[in-house]
Amino acid sequence: MYSQGLIGADGATGETPEFLARFQARIDAEEKIEPNDAMPEGYRRTLIRQIGQHAHSEIVGMLPEGNWITRAPSLKRKAALLAKVQDEGGHGLYLYAAAETLGVSREQMTEELLSGKAKYSSIFNYPTLSWADIGVIGWLVDGAAIMNQIPLCRCSYGPYARAMIRVCKEESFHQRQGYEIVMTLARGTPAQREMAQDALNRWWWPSLMMFGPSDGDSQHSDQSMSWKIKRFTNDELRQKFIDATVPQAEFLGLTVPDPELRWNEEKGGYDHGPIDWAEFWRVVKGGGQMNVDRIRDRRKAWEDGAWVREAALAHAEKRRARRVAQAAE
Amino acid sequence: MPALFDAVLELADDHLILGHRLSEWCGHAPMLEEDLALPNMALDLIGTARTLYDYAAQLEGKGRSEDDLAFLRVEREYRNLLICERPNGDFAQTMLRQLYFAAFMEPYWAAAVDSPDAVIRGVAGKAMKEMAYHVRHAGEWVIRLGDGTEDSAARMQAAVAELHRFTGEIFEESAASAALVAEGVLPARAGMRPAWDRVIGMIFAEAMLEAPEVPYPQTGGRRGLHGEHLGHLLAEMQYLQRAYPGATW
Repeated sequence: MYSQGLIGADGATGETPEFLARFQARIDAEEKIEPNDAMPEGYRRTLIRQIGQHAHSEIVGMLPEGNWITRAPSLKRKAALLAKVQDEGGHGLYLYAAAETLGVSREQMTEELLSGKAKYSSIFNYPTLSWADIGVIGWLVDGAAIMNQIPLCRCSYGPYARAMIRVCKEESFHQRQGYEIVMTLARGTPAQREMAQDALNRWWWPSLMMFGPSDGDSQHSDQSMSWKIKRFTNDELRQKFIDATVPQAEFLGLTVPDPELRWNEEKGGYDHGPIDWAEFWRVVKGGGQMNVDRIRDRRKAWEDGAWVREAALAHAEKRRARRVAQAAE
Repeated sequence: MPALFDAVLELADDHLILGHRLSEWCGHAPMLEEDLALPNMALDLIGTARTLYDYAAQLEGKGRSEDDLAFLRVEREYRNLLICERPNGDFAQTMLRQLYFAAFMEPYWAAAVDSPDAVIRGVAGKAMKEMAYHVRHAGEWVIRLGDGTEDSAARMQAAVAELHRFTGEIFEESAASAALVAEGVLPARAGMRPAWDRVIGMIFAEAMLEAPEVPYPQTGGRRGLHGEHLGHLLAEMQYLQRAYPGATW
Protein backbone atom coordinates (compact mmCIF):
# COMPACT_ATOMS: atom_id res chain seq x y z
CA MET A 1 0.00 0.00 0.00
CA TYR A 2 1.03 3.53 0.03
CA SER A 3 2.05 6.47 2.14
CA GLN A 4 0.58 9.88 1.91
CA GLY A 5 3.15 11.29 -0.43
CA LEU A 6 5.10 13.73 1.59
CA ILE A 7 3.66 15.48 4.55
CA GLY A 8 5.92 17.68 6.57
CA ALA A 9 9.16 16.93 4.73
CA ASP A 10 11.87 19.54 4.95
CA GLY A 11 13.82 19.84 1.71
CA ALA A 12 16.00 22.67 3.06
CA THR A 13 19.62 22.01 2.35
CA GLY A 14 22.90 23.81 3.09
CA GLU A 15 25.30 22.79 0.31
CA THR A 16 27.17 25.15 -2.01
CA PRO A 17 25.45 26.26 -5.22
CA GLU A 18 28.14 24.42 -7.23
CA PHE A 19 27.48 21.14 -5.43
CA LEU A 20 23.75 21.51 -5.87
CA ALA A 21 24.14 22.36 -9.54
CA ARG A 22 26.31 19.28 -10.14
CA PHE A 23 23.75 17.13 -8.34
CA GLN A 24 20.88 18.66 -10.30
CA ALA A 25 22.76 17.99 -13.55
CA ARG A 26 22.92 14.28 -12.68
CA ILE A 27 19.20 14.29 -11.88
CA ASP A 28 18.39 16.10 -15.11
CA ALA A 29 20.44 13.55 -17.04
CA GLU A 30 18.17 10.87 -15.47
CA GLU A 31 21.11 9.26 -13.67
CA LYS A 32 20.13 7.15 -10.69
CA ILE A 33 21.49 8.31 -7.35
CA GLU A 34 22.97 5.40 -5.40
CA PRO A 35 23.59 5.00 -1.63
CA ASN A 36 27.28 5.97 -1.66
CA ASP A 37 26.86 8.94 -3.99
CA ALA A 38 27.17 12.49 -2.69
CA MET A 39 23.72 13.98 -2.24
CA PRO A 40 22.27 17.12 -0.65
CA GLU A 41 21.16 16.68 2.95
CA GLY A 42 17.69 17.87 2.01
CA TYR A 43 17.45 15.14 -0.65
CA ARG A 44 18.53 12.50 1.85
CA ARG A 45 16.15 13.78 4.51
CA THR A 46 13.22 13.98 2.12
CA LEU A 47 13.79 10.42 0.97
CA ILE A 48 14.22 9.02 4.46
CA ARG A 49 10.96 10.63 5.39
CA GLN A 50 9.10 9.47 2.30
CA ILE A 51 10.43 5.90 2.28
CA GLY A 52 9.92 5.68 6.05
CA GLN A 53 6.31 6.87 5.76
CA HIS A 54 5.80 4.41 2.96
CA ALA A 55 7.26 1.52 4.99
CA HIS A 56 5.20 2.45 8.07
CA SER A 57 2.07 2.53 5.92
CA GLU A 58 2.72 -1.02 4.79
CA ILE A 59 3.17 -2.17 8.37
CA VAL A 60 0.18 -0.32 9.85
CA GLY A 61 -1.79 -1.34 6.75
CA MET A 62 -1.52 -4.97 7.86
CA LEU A 63 -3.89 -4.22 10.75
CA PRO A 64 -7.16 -3.17 9.05
CA GLU A 65 -6.97 -6.06 6.60
CA GLY A 66 -5.65 -8.46 9.22
CA ASN A 67 -8.89 -7.68 11.05
CA TRP A 68 -10.70 -9.97 8.58
CA ILE A 69 -8.24 -12.85 8.16
CA THR A 70 -9.90 -14.95 10.83
CA ARG A 71 -13.36 -14.15 9.44
CA ALA A 72 -12.72 -14.53 5.70
CA PRO A 73 -15.80 -16.19 4.20
CA SER A 74 -14.15 -19.02 2.27
CA LEU A 75 -10.89 -20.93 2.41
CA LYS A 76 -9.82 -19.44 -0.89
CA ARG A 77 -10.44 -15.90 0.37
CA LYS A 78 -8.72 -16.66 3.64
CA ALA A 79 -5.58 -17.89 1.88
CA ALA A 80 -5.57 -14.96 -0.54
CA LEU A 81 -6.01 -12.40 2.23
CA LEU A 82 -3.27 -13.95 4.34
CA ALA A 83 -0.95 -13.89 1.36
CA LYS A 84 -1.88 -10.29 0.65
CA VAL A 85 -1.27 -9.07 4.18
CA GLN A 86 1.99 -10.98 4.17
CA ASP A 87 2.93 -9.16 0.95
CA GLU A 88 2.34 -5.85 2.71
CA GLY A 89 4.71 -6.89 5.47
CA GLY A 90 7.23 -7.87 2.82
CA HIS A 91 6.92 -4.44 1.21
CA GLY A 92 7.53 -2.88 4.60
CA LEU A 93 10.68 -4.93 5.11
CA TYR A 94 11.88 -4.11 1.62
CA LEU A 95 11.25 -0.40 2.11
CA TYR A 96 12.92 -0.27 5.54
CA ALA A 97 15.95 -1.83 3.85
CA ALA A 98 15.82 0.85 1.12
CA ALA A 99 15.66 3.56 3.80
CA GLU A 100 18.58 1.98 5.65
CA THR A 101 20.76 2.66 2.61
CA LEU A 102 20.34 6.34 3.50
CA GLY A 103 21.83 5.93 6.94
CA VAL A 104 18.83 5.39 9.20
CA SER A 105 18.15 2.13 11.06
CA ARG A 106 14.93 0.13 11.14
CA GLU A 107 14.91 0.42 14.94
CA GLN A 108 15.06 4.21 14.69
CA MET A 109 12.22 4.27 12.20
CA THR A 110 10.15 1.86 14.32
CA GLU A 111 10.76 4.06 17.33
CA GLU A 112 9.46 7.08 15.41
CA LEU A 113 6.37 5.21 14.30
CA LEU A 114 5.54 4.03 17.81
CA SER A 115 6.14 7.42 19.38
CA GLY A 116 3.76 8.98 16.88
CA LYS A 117 6.51 11.14 15.41
CA ALA A 118 6.49 9.43 12.01
CA LYS A 119 3.42 9.51 9.81
CA TYR A 120 1.80 6.73 7.82
CA SER A 121 -1.01 6.88 5.31
CA SER A 122 -4.19 8.37 6.78
CA ILE A 123 -6.26 5.72 4.99
CA PHE A 124 -5.40 3.13 7.63
CA ASN A 125 -7.04 5.17 10.34
CA TYR A 126 -10.46 4.10 9.13
CA PRO A 127 -11.98 0.87 10.46
CA THR A 128 -12.75 -2.19 8.31
CA LEU A 129 -16.39 -2.85 9.16
CA SER A 130 -17.43 -5.56 6.73
CA TRP A 131 -15.98 -8.14 4.39
CA ALA A 132 -16.71 -5.78 1.51
CA ASP A 133 -14.12 -3.41 2.96
CA ILE A 134 -11.46 -5.98 2.13
CA GLY A 135 -12.55 -5.94 -1.51
CA VAL A 136 -12.86 -2.17 -1.67
CA ILE A 137 -9.48 -1.64 -0.01
CA GLY A 138 -7.87 -3.83 -2.66
CA TRP A 139 -9.72 -2.08 -5.43
CA LEU A 140 -9.47 1.57 -4.32
CA VAL A 141 -6.63 1.79 -1.82
CA ASP A 142 -4.27 -0.47 -3.70
CA GLY A 143 -5.50 1.13 -6.91
CA ALA A 144 -4.55 4.56 -5.57
CA ALA A 145 -1.25 3.16 -4.37
CA ILE A 146 -0.46 1.92 -7.85
CA MET A 147 -1.19 5.36 -9.35
CA ASN A 148 1.21 6.84 -6.85
CA GLN A 149 3.87 4.20 -7.13
CA ILE A 150 4.17 3.60 -10.86
CA PRO A 151 5.93 6.96 -11.28
CA LEU A 152 8.09 6.10 -8.25
CA CYS A 153 9.59 3.25 -10.29
CA ARG A 154 11.41 6.10 -12.08
CA CYS A 155 12.34 7.93 -8.87
CA SER A 156 15.87 9.37 -9.00
CA TYR A 157 16.98 7.35 -5.95
CA GLY A 158 17.99 3.92 -7.23
CA PRO A 159 17.13 1.63 -4.29
CA TYR A 160 13.67 3.17 -3.90
CA ALA A 161 12.95 3.01 -7.63
CA ARG A 162 13.98 -0.62 -7.82
CA ALA A 163 11.95 -1.56 -4.74
CA MET A 164 8.92 0.06 -6.33
CA ILE A 165 9.11 -2.11 -9.44
CA ARG A 166 8.53 -5.25 -7.43
CA VAL A 167 6.04 -3.63 -5.09
CA CYS A 168 3.95 -2.37 -8.03
CA LYS A 169 3.68 -5.85 -9.53
CA GLU A 170 2.30 -7.21 -6.29
CA GLU A 171 -0.01 -4.24 -5.76
CA SER A 172 -1.57 -4.64 -9.16
CA PHE A 173 -2.31 -8.26 -8.31
CA HIS A 174 -3.91 -7.10 -5.06
CA GLN A 175 -5.95 -4.53 -6.91
CA ARG A 176 -7.38 -7.12 -9.30
CA GLN A 177 -8.06 -9.45 -6.40
CA GLY A 178 -9.91 -6.69 -4.53
CA TYR A 179 -11.96 -5.79 -7.55
CA GLU A 180 -12.89 -9.43 -7.99
CA ILE A 181 -14.13 -9.58 -4.38
CA VAL A 182 -16.29 -6.51 -4.95
CA MET A 183 -17.57 -7.93 -8.23
CA THR A 184 -18.60 -11.15 -6.51
CA LEU A 185 -20.51 -9.12 -3.92
CA ALA A 186 -22.06 -6.80 -6.50
CA ARG A 187 -23.39 -9.84 -8.35
CA GLY A 188 -24.43 -11.61 -5.16
CA THR A 189 -27.47 -11.33 -2.90
CA PRO A 190 -29.13 -7.95 -2.16
CA ALA A 191 -27.42 -7.96 1.24
CA GLN A 192 -24.02 -8.49 -0.35
CA ARG A 193 -24.69 -5.75 -2.87
CA GLU A 194 -25.60 -3.39 -0.09
CA MET A 195 -22.44 -4.35 1.75
CA ALA A 196 -20.38 -3.47 -1.34
CA GLN A 197 -22.12 -0.12 -1.84
CA ASP A 198 -21.70 0.77 1.82
CA ALA A 199 -17.99 0.00 1.64
CA LEU A 200 -17.59 2.14 -1.49
CA ASN A 201 -19.45 4.97 0.25
CA ARG A 202 -17.10 4.87 3.20
CA TRP A 203 -13.79 4.39 1.33
CA TRP A 204 -14.22 6.60 -1.72
CA TRP A 205 -13.33 9.96 -0.21
CA PRO A 206 -10.53 8.69 2.04
CA SER A 207 -9.05 7.02 -1.06
CA LEU A 208 -9.02 10.34 -2.91
CA MET A 209 -7.29 11.89 0.09
CA MET A 210 -4.47 9.35 -0.23
CA PHE A 211 -2.94 11.49 -2.97
CA GLY A 212 -2.31 14.24 -0.45
CA PRO A 213 -3.30 17.91 -0.35
CA SER A 214 -4.22 19.83 -3.46
CA ASP A 215 -1.27 21.19 -5.41
CA GLY A 216 -1.79 24.73 -4.15
CA ASP A 217 -1.49 23.51 -0.54
CA SER A 218 1.36 21.05 -0.92
CA GLN A 219 4.52 22.79 0.21
CA HIS A 220 7.10 20.28 -0.85
CA SER A 221 6.04 19.34 -4.32
CA ASP A 222 8.33 21.71 -6.19
CA GLN A 223 11.59 20.59 -4.63
CA SER A 224 10.61 16.92 -4.83
CA MET A 225 9.62 17.36 -8.46
CA SER A 226 12.89 18.99 -9.45
CA TRP A 227 14.83 16.25 -7.63
CA LYS A 228 12.65 13.74 -9.49
CA ILE A 229 11.61 12.03 -6.30
CA LYS A 230 8.16 12.88 -7.51
CA ARG A 231 7.06 12.96 -11.15
CA PHE A 232 3.46 14.12 -11.01
CA THR A 233 1.57 16.45 -8.73
CA ASN A 234 -0.97 15.21 -6.18
CA ASP A 235 -3.88 16.56 -8.21
CA GLU A 236 -2.63 15.02 -11.46
CA LEU A 237 -2.42 11.59 -9.85
CA ARG A 238 -5.79 11.99 -8.15
CA GLN A 239 -7.38 12.86 -11.49
CA LYS A 240 -5.85 9.80 -13.16
CA PHE A 241 -7.20 7.63 -10.37
CA ILE A 242 -10.72 9.02 -10.63
CA ASP A 243 -10.75 8.67 -14.40
CA ALA A 244 -9.66 5.06 -14.17
CA THR A 245 -11.93 4.09 -11.27
CA VAL A 246 -15.32 5.63 -12.09
CA PRO A 247 -15.91 3.34 -15.11
CA GLN A 248 -14.97 0.37 -12.95
CA ALA A 249 -17.66 1.33 -10.45
CA GLU A 250 -20.18 1.77 -13.25
CA PHE A 251 -19.34 -1.67 -14.58
CA LEU A 252 -20.22 -3.10 -11.17
CA GLY A 253 -23.45 -1.12 -11.02
CA LEU A 254 -22.24 0.68 -7.89
CA THR A 255 -22.65 4.39 -7.29
CA VAL A 256 -19.67 6.61 -6.55
CA PRO A 257 -20.80 8.72 -3.57
CA ASP A 258 -20.22 12.09 -5.22
CA PRO A 259 -23.31 13.84 -6.60
CA GLU A 260 -21.12 16.35 -8.41
CA LEU A 261 -19.17 13.76 -10.36
CA ARG A 262 -19.49 14.59 -14.09
CA TRP A 263 -17.59 13.68 -17.22
CA ASN A 264 -15.95 16.81 -18.61
CA GLU A 265 -15.57 16.37 -22.32
CA GLU A 266 -13.27 19.35 -22.68
CA LYS A 267 -10.63 18.16 -20.23
CA GLY A 268 -11.20 14.51 -21.07
CA GLY A 269 -11.66 13.63 -17.40
CA TYR A 270 -14.15 13.70 -14.57
CA ASP A 271 -14.97 16.76 -12.48
CA HIS A 272 -15.57 15.90 -8.86
CA GLY A 273 -17.08 17.49 -5.79
CA PRO A 274 -15.00 19.18 -3.08
CA ILE A 275 -12.79 17.02 -0.87
CA ASP A 276 -13.25 17.53 2.85
CA TRP A 277 -9.72 18.68 3.66
CA ALA A 278 -10.69 19.43 7.23
CA GLU A 279 -11.32 15.73 7.71
CA PHE A 280 -8.07 14.87 5.95
CA TRP A 281 -6.01 17.07 8.31
CA ARG A 282 -7.92 15.84 11.33
CA VAL A 283 -6.99 12.24 10.50
CA VAL A 284 -3.39 13.12 9.56
CA LYS A 285 -2.99 14.92 12.87
CA GLY A 286 -4.20 11.92 14.85
CA GLY A 287 -7.93 12.52 15.14
CA GLY A 288 -9.18 9.69 12.96
CA GLN A 289 -11.31 6.96 14.48
CA MET A 290 -8.50 4.39 14.46
CA ASN A 291 -5.31 6.46 14.91
CA VAL A 292 -5.01 5.64 18.60
CA ASP A 293 -5.89 1.97 18.16
CA ARG A 294 -3.47 1.40 15.28
CA ILE A 295 -0.48 2.75 17.16
CA ARG A 296 -1.56 1.03 20.34
CA ASP A 297 -1.72 -2.30 18.48
CA ARG A 298 1.69 -1.78 16.90
CA ARG A 299 3.17 -0.76 20.24
CA LYS A 300 1.62 -3.76 21.97
CA ALA A 301 3.06 -6.15 19.37
CA TRP A 302 6.46 -4.48 19.77
CA GLU A 303 6.42 -4.47 23.57
CA ASP A 304 4.97 -7.97 23.90
CA GLY A 305 7.71 -9.18 21.57
CA ALA A 306 10.57 -7.48 23.41
CA TRP A 307 11.44 -10.59 25.44
CA VAL A 308 11.62 -12.63 22.21
CA ARG A 309 14.02 -10.21 20.57
CA GLU A 310 16.12 -9.98 23.74
CA ALA A 311 16.26 -13.77 23.97
CA ALA A 312 17.36 -14.07 20.34
CA LEU A 313 20.20 -11.62 20.96
CA ALA A 314 21.19 -13.30 24.21
CA HIS A 315 21.23 -16.69 22.52
CA ALA A 316 23.35 -15.43 19.63
CA GLU A 317 25.79 -13.96 22.14
CA LYS A 318 25.97 -17.25 24.08
CA ARG A 319 26.71 -19.17 20.90
CA ARG A 320 29.40 -16.72 19.93
CA ALA A 321 31.01 -16.97 23.36
CA ARG A 322 30.93 -20.78 23.21
CA ARG A 323 32.58 -20.78 19.80
CA VAL A 324 35.31 -18.49 21.09
CA ALA A 325 35.80 -20.69 24.16
CA GLN A 326 35.98 -23.83 22.02
CA ALA A 327 38.48 -22.26 19.67
CA ALA A 328 40.67 -21.31 22.64
CA GLU A 329 40.77 -24.89 23.96
CA MET B 1 -15.57 -45.31 1.36
CA PRO B 2 -16.59 -43.67 4.64
CA ALA B 3 -13.37 -44.56 6.49
CA LEU B 4 -11.25 -42.68 3.97
CA PHE B 5 -13.63 -39.71 4.12
CA ASP B 6 -13.35 -39.63 7.91
CA ALA B 7 -9.58 -40.04 7.95
CA VAL B 8 -9.03 -37.34 5.33
CA LEU B 9 -11.36 -35.03 7.22
CA GLU B 10 -9.37 -35.56 10.43
CA LEU B 11 -6.17 -34.52 8.70
CA ALA B 12 -7.88 -31.57 7.04
CA ASP B 13 -9.26 -30.34 10.37
CA ASP B 14 -5.82 -30.53 12.01
CA HIS B 15 -4.33 -28.37 9.29
CA LEU B 16 -7.11 -25.82 9.08
CA ILE B 17 -7.42 -25.25 12.81
CA LEU B 18 -3.69 -24.92 13.37
CA GLY B 19 -3.39 -22.71 10.26
CA HIS B 20 -6.17 -20.52 11.60
CA ARG B 21 -4.40 -20.19 14.93
CA LEU B 22 -1.16 -19.14 13.23
CA SER B 23 -3.02 -16.64 11.08
CA GLU B 24 -4.17 -14.87 14.26
CA TRP B 25 -0.60 -13.64 14.69
CA CYS B 26 -0.52 -11.76 11.39
CA GLY B 27 0.41 -8.14 12.12
CA HIS B 28 1.09 -8.79 15.82
CA ALA B 29 4.33 -10.78 15.79
CA PRO B 30 7.43 -9.90 17.85
CA MET B 31 9.31 -8.76 14.73
CA LEU B 32 8.61 -8.08 11.11
CA GLU B 33 10.38 -11.25 9.97
CA GLU B 34 7.92 -13.27 12.04
CA ASP B 35 5.02 -11.26 10.65
CA LEU B 36 6.08 -12.81 7.35
CA ALA B 37 7.01 -16.29 8.60
CA LEU B 38 3.84 -16.98 10.61
CA PRO B 39 1.40 -16.28 7.74
CA ASN B 40 3.70 -18.31 5.53
CA MET B 41 3.34 -21.34 7.76
CA ALA B 42 -0.39 -20.67 8.11
CA LEU B 43 -0.67 -20.65 4.31
CA ASP B 44 1.09 -24.00 4.06
CA LEU B 45 -1.36 -25.52 6.52
CA ILE B 46 -4.46 -23.96 5.00
CA GLY B 47 -3.31 -24.99 1.53
CA THR B 48 -3.00 -28.61 2.66
CA ALA B 49 -6.38 -28.40 4.39
CA ARG B 50 -8.03 -27.14 1.20
CA THR B 51 -6.75 -30.04 -0.88
CA LEU B 52 -7.86 -32.51 1.77
CA TYR B 53 -11.33 -30.99 2.22
CA ASP B 54 -11.82 -30.96 -1.50
CA TYR B 55 -10.86 -34.61 -1.63
CA ALA B 56 -13.12 -35.47 1.30
CA ALA B 57 -16.01 -33.71 -0.42
CA GLN B 58 -15.44 -35.76 -3.57
CA LEU B 59 -15.23 -38.98 -1.59
CA GLU B 60 -18.47 -38.17 0.14
CA GLY B 61 -20.20 -37.46 -3.16
CA LYS B 62 -23.07 -35.50 -1.61
CA GLY B 63 -22.35 -32.24 -3.35
CA ARG B 64 -20.66 -30.59 -0.37
CA SER B 65 -17.70 -28.30 -1.10
CA GLU B 66 -14.46 -27.64 0.78
CA ASP B 67 -16.13 -24.57 2.27
CA ASP B 68 -19.22 -26.50 3.37
CA LEU B 69 -16.95 -28.87 5.27
CA ALA B 70 -14.92 -26.06 6.82
CA PHE B 71 -17.63 -23.51 7.56
CA LEU B 72 -20.79 -25.49 8.16
CA ARG B 73 -19.77 -28.09 10.71
CA VAL B 74 -20.09 -27.43 14.43
CA GLU B 75 -17.60 -28.15 17.25
CA ARG B 76 -18.72 -31.71 17.86
CA GLU B 77 -18.28 -32.53 14.16
CA TYR B 78 -14.73 -31.22 14.08
CA ARG B 79 -12.10 -33.98 14.44
CA ASN B 80 -8.88 -32.03 14.91
CA LEU B 81 -6.27 -32.90 17.51
CA LEU B 82 -6.59 -30.88 20.69
CA ILE B 83 -3.11 -29.46 20.32
CA CYS B 84 -4.11 -27.73 17.07
CA GLU B 85 -6.87 -25.73 18.74
CA ARG B 86 -4.88 -24.61 21.80
CA PRO B 87 -4.76 -20.81 21.96
CA ASN B 88 -1.60 -19.14 20.73
CA GLY B 89 -0.47 -18.08 24.18
CA ASP B 90 2.85 -16.29 23.93
CA PHE B 91 5.39 -16.74 21.15
CA ALA B 92 7.04 -19.60 23.05
CA GLN B 93 3.80 -21.57 23.14
CA THR B 94 3.05 -20.92 19.50
CA MET B 95 6.48 -22.11 18.42
CA LEU B 96 6.41 -25.18 20.63
CA ARG B 97 2.95 -26.15 19.41
CA GLN B 98 4.22 -25.82 15.85
CA LEU B 99 7.27 -27.92 16.60
CA TYR B 100 5.26 -30.69 18.24
CA PHE B 101 2.90 -30.86 15.28
CA ALA B 102 5.42 -30.51 12.48
CA ALA B 103 7.90 -32.95 14.03
CA PHE B 104 5.11 -35.51 13.72
CA MET B 105 3.79 -34.51 10.31
CA GLU B 106 7.17 -34.44 8.60
CA PRO B 107 7.88 -38.17 8.98
CA TYR B 108 4.17 -38.94 8.60
CA TRP B 109 3.97 -37.31 5.18
CA ALA B 110 7.34 -38.74 4.25
CA ALA B 111 5.91 -42.21 4.92
CA ALA B 112 2.70 -41.36 3.04
CA VAL B 113 4.46 -40.58 -0.25
CA ASP B 114 4.19 -44.29 -1.02
CA SER B 115 0.46 -44.44 -0.39
CA PRO B 116 -1.59 -46.19 -3.09
CA ASP B 117 -3.96 -43.21 -2.89
CA ALA B 118 -2.91 -40.62 -5.48
CA VAL B 119 -4.29 -37.61 -3.60
CA ILE B 120 -2.61 -38.61 -0.33
CA ARG B 121 0.62 -39.16 -2.25
CA GLY B 122 0.36 -35.74 -3.87
CA VAL B 123 -0.35 -33.94 -0.59
CA ALA B 124 2.42 -35.85 1.14
CA GLY B 125 5.05 -34.96 -1.44
CA LYS B 126 4.42 -31.25 -1.00
CA ALA B 127 3.63 -31.18 2.70
CA MET B 128 6.69 -33.14 3.85
CA LYS B 129 8.93 -30.36 2.53
CA GLU B 130 6.82 -27.69 4.19
CA MET B 131 6.83 -29.55 7.49
CA ALA B 132 10.61 -29.90 7.35
CA TYR B 133 10.77 -26.11 7.15
CA HIS B 134 8.32 -25.71 10.03
CA VAL B 135 10.41 -28.04 12.19
CA ARG B 136 13.51 -26.02 11.39
CA HIS B 137 11.90 -22.64 11.97
CA ALA B 138 10.01 -23.56 15.13
CA GLY B 139 12.87 -25.71 16.42
CA GLU B 140 15.35 -22.86 16.08
CA TRP B 141 13.04 -20.61 18.07
CA VAL B 142 12.55 -23.21 20.80
CA ILE B 143 16.34 -23.40 21.10
CA ARG B 144 16.81 -19.62 21.09
CA LEU B 145 14.13 -19.06 23.67
CA GLY B 146 15.04 -22.06 25.83
CA ASP B 147 18.68 -21.00 25.88
CA GLY B 148 18.15 -17.23 25.71
CA THR B 149 17.42 -15.08 28.75
CA GLU B 150 16.18 -16.19 32.14
CA ASP B 151 12.74 -14.86 31.24
CA SER B 152 12.58 -16.63 27.87
CA ALA B 153 13.77 -19.91 29.40
CA ALA B 154 11.03 -19.72 32.02
CA ARG B 155 8.41 -19.02 29.35
CA MET B 156 9.67 -21.90 27.23
CA GLN B 157 9.53 -24.29 30.15
CA ALA B 158 6.01 -23.05 30.92
CA ALA B 159 5.04 -23.75 27.31
CA VAL B 160 6.30 -27.31 27.64
CA ALA B 161 4.33 -27.74 30.87
CA GLU B 162 1.24 -26.39 29.13
CA LEU B 163 1.40 -28.34 25.87
CA HIS B 164 3.16 -31.62 26.52
CA ARG B 165 0.00 -33.25 27.84
CA PHE B 166 -1.57 -32.92 24.37
CA THR B 167 1.22 -34.69 22.49
CA GLY B 168 0.15 -38.27 23.20
CA GLU B 169 -3.03 -37.80 21.20
CA ILE B 170 -1.00 -37.09 18.05
CA PHE B 171 0.01 -40.76 17.95
CA GLU B 172 -3.45 -42.24 18.43
CA GLU B 173 -5.46 -43.78 15.60
CA SER B 174 -9.18 -43.23 15.18
CA ALA B 175 -11.31 -46.15 14.00
CA ALA B 176 -11.23 -44.63 10.50
CA SER B 177 -7.49 -44.07 10.31
CA ALA B 178 -6.81 -47.52 11.82
CA ALA B 179 -8.80 -49.09 8.99
CA LEU B 180 -6.73 -47.20 6.43
CA VAL B 181 -3.48 -48.12 8.13
CA ALA B 182 -4.58 -51.75 7.84
CA GLU B 183 -5.16 -51.24 4.12
CA GLY B 184 -1.78 -49.55 3.71
CA VAL B 185 -3.31 -46.26 2.58
CA LEU B 186 -2.05 -44.21 5.55
CA PRO B 187 1.09 -44.68 7.66
CA ALA B 188 0.67 -45.90 11.24
CA ARG B 189 0.86 -42.96 13.61
CA ALA B 190 2.64 -44.93 16.31
CA GLY B 191 5.39 -45.59 13.79
CA MET B 192 6.38 -41.91 13.92
CA ARG B 193 7.21 -42.09 17.62
CA PRO B 194 10.96 -42.79 17.27
CA ALA B 195 11.47 -39.97 14.75
CA TRP B 196 9.43 -37.53 16.85
CA ASP B 197 11.24 -38.47 20.06
CA ARG B 198 14.59 -38.07 18.37
CA VAL B 199 13.85 -34.59 16.93
CA ILE B 200 12.23 -33.29 20.09
CA GLY B 201 15.03 -34.81 22.17
CA MET B 202 17.74 -33.12 20.10
CA ILE B 203 16.02 -29.75 20.18
CA PHE B 204 15.21 -29.97 23.88
CA ALA B 205 18.83 -30.85 24.67
CA GLU B 206 20.02 -27.72 22.89
CA ALA B 207 17.21 -25.66 24.38
CA MET B 208 17.98 -26.95 27.89
CA LEU B 209 14.42 -28.14 28.25
CA GLU B 210 13.12 -31.26 29.84
CA ALA B 211 10.08 -33.16 28.69
CA PRO B 212 7.87 -33.66 31.75
CA GLU B 213 6.12 -36.80 32.84
CA VAL B 214 2.49 -36.51 31.83
CA PRO B 215 0.27 -38.06 34.48
CA TYR B 216 -2.97 -37.21 32.67
CA PRO B 217 -2.63 -37.14 28.87
CA GLN B 218 -5.43 -35.26 27.13
CA THR B 219 -7.29 -36.73 24.20
CA GLY B 220 -10.69 -36.66 22.53
CA GLY B 221 -10.41 -34.40 19.47
CA ARG B 222 -10.95 -37.25 17.02
CA ARG B 223 -14.29 -37.97 18.69
CA GLY B 224 -15.29 -34.31 18.64
CA LEU B 225 -14.60 -33.88 22.36
CA HIS B 226 -12.82 -30.56 22.29
CA GLY B 227 -11.79 -27.91 24.76
CA GLU B 228 -13.81 -24.75 25.19
CA HIS B 229 -11.61 -22.75 22.85
CA LEU B 230 -12.65 -24.43 19.60
CA GLY B 231 -16.21 -23.16 19.71
CA HIS B 232 -15.00 -19.57 19.82
CA LEU B 233 -12.56 -20.16 16.99
CA LEU B 234 -15.33 -21.63 14.83
CA ALA B 235 -17.81 -18.91 15.75
CA GLU B 236 -15.36 -16.35 14.45
CA MET B 237 -14.24 -18.31 11.41
CA GLN B 238 -17.74 -19.31 10.32
CA TYR B 239 -19.46 -16.00 11.01
CA LEU B 240 -20.10 -14.85 7.44
CA GLN B 241 -21.17 -18.25 6.16
CA ARG B 242 -23.59 -18.55 9.06
CA ALA B 243 -24.92 -14.99 8.86
CA TYR B 244 -25.59 -15.12 5.11
CA PRO B 245 -26.57 -18.73 4.34
CA GLY B 246 -26.19 -19.77 0.73
CA ALA B 247 -24.30 -16.67 -0.44
CA THR B 248 -21.30 -16.94 -2.75
CA TRP B 249 -18.15 -15.14 -1.68
